Amino acid sequence: MKILSIDTSNAPLAIALVEDDQLVAETTLNVTKNHSVFLMPVIEQLMKMASWTPAELNRIVVAKGPGSYTGVRIAVTTAKTLASTLKIELVGVSSLAVMAKDPAELTNLPVIAIFNARRNTVFTGGYQMEQGKLVSFIEDAHMELSELIEKINEKQQPVLIVGDILPEFKNQFETNSKFITLGNEQSSFPSAFQLGLMGAKINPVSDIDSFVPDYLRITEAEMNWQKSHPGELKKSYVREV
Amino acid sequence: MENRKLILSFETSCDETSIAVIENGDTILSNIVATQIDSHQRFGGVVPEVASRHHIEQITHCLNEALETAKVDYNDLSAVAVTYGPGLVGSLLIGVTAAKAVAFAHDLPLVPINHMAGHIYAARFVDQFKYPQMALLVSGGHTEIVYIESEYDFKVLGETRDDAAGEAYDKIGRVLGVNYPAGKTIDEWAHEGHDTFNFPRAMEKDDNYDFSFSGLKSSFINTVHNAEQREEKLDTKDLAASFQQSVIDVLASKTERALADYPVKQLVLAGGVAANQGLRDRIEKDLNQKFSNVQLLMAPLKLCGDNAAMIGAAGQVAFDHKKRTDMSLNAVPGLSF
Ligand SMILES: Nc1ncnc2c1ncn2[C@@H]1O[C@H](COP(=O)(O)OP(=O)(O)OP(=O)(O)O)[C@@H](O)[C@H]1O
Ligand SMILES: [Mg+2]
Repeated sequence: MKILSIDTSNAPLAIALVEDDQLVAETTLNVTKNHSVFLMPVIEQLMKMASWTPAELNRIVVAKGPGSYTGVRIAVTTAKTLASTLKIELVGVSSLAVMAKDPAELTNLPVIAIFNARRNTVFTGGYQMEQGKLVSFIEDAHMELSELIEKINEKQQPVLIVGDILPEFKNQFETNSKFITLGNEQSSFPSAFQLGLMGAKINPVSDIDSFVPDYLRITEAEMNWQKSHPGELKKSYVREV
Repeated sequence: MENRKLILSFETSCDETSIAVIENGDTILSNIVATQIDSHQRFGGVVPEVASRHHIEQITHCLNEALETAKVDYNDLSAVAVTYGPGLVGSLLIGVTAAKAVAFAHDLPLVPINHMAGHIYAARFVDQFKYPQMALLVSGGHTEIVYIESEYDFKVLGETRDDAAGEAYDKIGRVLGVNYPAGKTIDEWAHEGHDTFNFPRAMEKDDNYDFSFSGLKSSFINTVHNAEQREEKLDTKDLAASFQQSVIDVLASKTERALADYPVKQLVLAGGVAANQGLRDRIEKDLNQKFSNVQLLMAPLKLCGDNAAMIGAAGQVAFDHKKRTDMSLNAVPGLSF
């Protein structure tokens, strides 16, 4: 099975070609956040070097968020459009799980991935290896950093934290919990190869058209509107004319 | 079937997800338009992040529907055309990203289209274009007079220095309690009222082709607020008629000035505000009386607002002019001619 895997949920851009659990090609860029400019040229180049044609692809695996809204949308739009237009399979994987997989395998510790979501909040999820499989023990969510630290302290178990470990986050982790080990630089990059491997084992989505990112946060406008209009939310706001 | 030229076009610059298939640059095989207006009405205007989220929900559904309705397959296509600006960056990116994926997947040429060139090409479904040509482009974000000396060679003669005409309609509409976008309702009210307020006609006599609508907007809002303070009720129909007359007078006089200075074969009227009945009537009358040798091409009502059909019509011409882009195409929110 020929897989193209894509992660542009944060500043790095990670792309891999994976065939039958073997890495064929992989690129990680950490130069700019301009994923719109680099994503397709890198895919084009990797495919060329691997002598793969688009028609030969069997499956697209995409990191579906959380992360930067625009970044996640570029990957998900590319993935769902390629899958739809080539009539092939599409798999979405949590961007947090992508980040957690390598360190969880290497250390056998429960791993918590965090992405900075501003105002001292994070997108976060906890993952650990169980019988060779990555399973979630803290569901992906958007929360205050203090709430995450509380959850960790409740579990009373050592955990490894990877991802956006900002200096101010580091400080709070170190002063407020004795269960936390902080990951190094290398563990803060997504691996598209890992993404491809994980995506190979997951059932593809049944409806590509309705596949959307997991933002884990509704927009501020939407939140305010729902607050002032309780019970009025409709199922769909888009119609064809 | 042999010489069929088919363009698959994408338009997602604002709050419509639209995908079309256009044959030979002048025939619509399909034009799927999914509008988000109902969503943004909740907020009184387009919220960019909400718009981007709706686009990604719609994009592949619209794509498949456009191809199915047109009864064509990817093998039949000559190229993919896409709006890459101007517009909201997050919205534009969905169309640009999807168009690139389709072009890559099927090894099709990718043609980048300026949204405003697209608006002009809505009139291509009325008749063939002849040059030199003039266009009055009036929309939600733009008000400009464009001189097109030869095919696909656009030169902006004049433009608004502040609000666009459509934006002014939407802003005064809000003051009258009309839901976004207000243009259509104000237009209807205007036809039931009279120009009794005589609002200013900014820059009407200035020796240029530029516009300004913010003074009109302020004057309108002040009039309404002052009346409210006096607890006096003004006739909304007359307010609408007075506002509209001022907009139309300025648009028409600047267009006349441009037509007098630059002799052309055709005048194109396009953009969302080109759906305005008062404006259409006035321009038609002016041309009949003063420029009877200039052919008027008004964008069909259904194609005045944003749609991918117009992008496909422009796309065919741009394709013939060998306009191409590679996979690094990005959205350019502030793109101009
Ligand atoms: N009958 C009408 N009279 C006046 N204005 C109208 C009418 N119908 C629609 N409009 C206005 O047209 C505008 C929408 O036009 P359009 O969709 O072309 O704008 P846009 O795409 O948002 O902006 P742009 O094309 O400049 O990027 C709105 O401001 C709306 O109020
Ligand atoms: Mg428009």
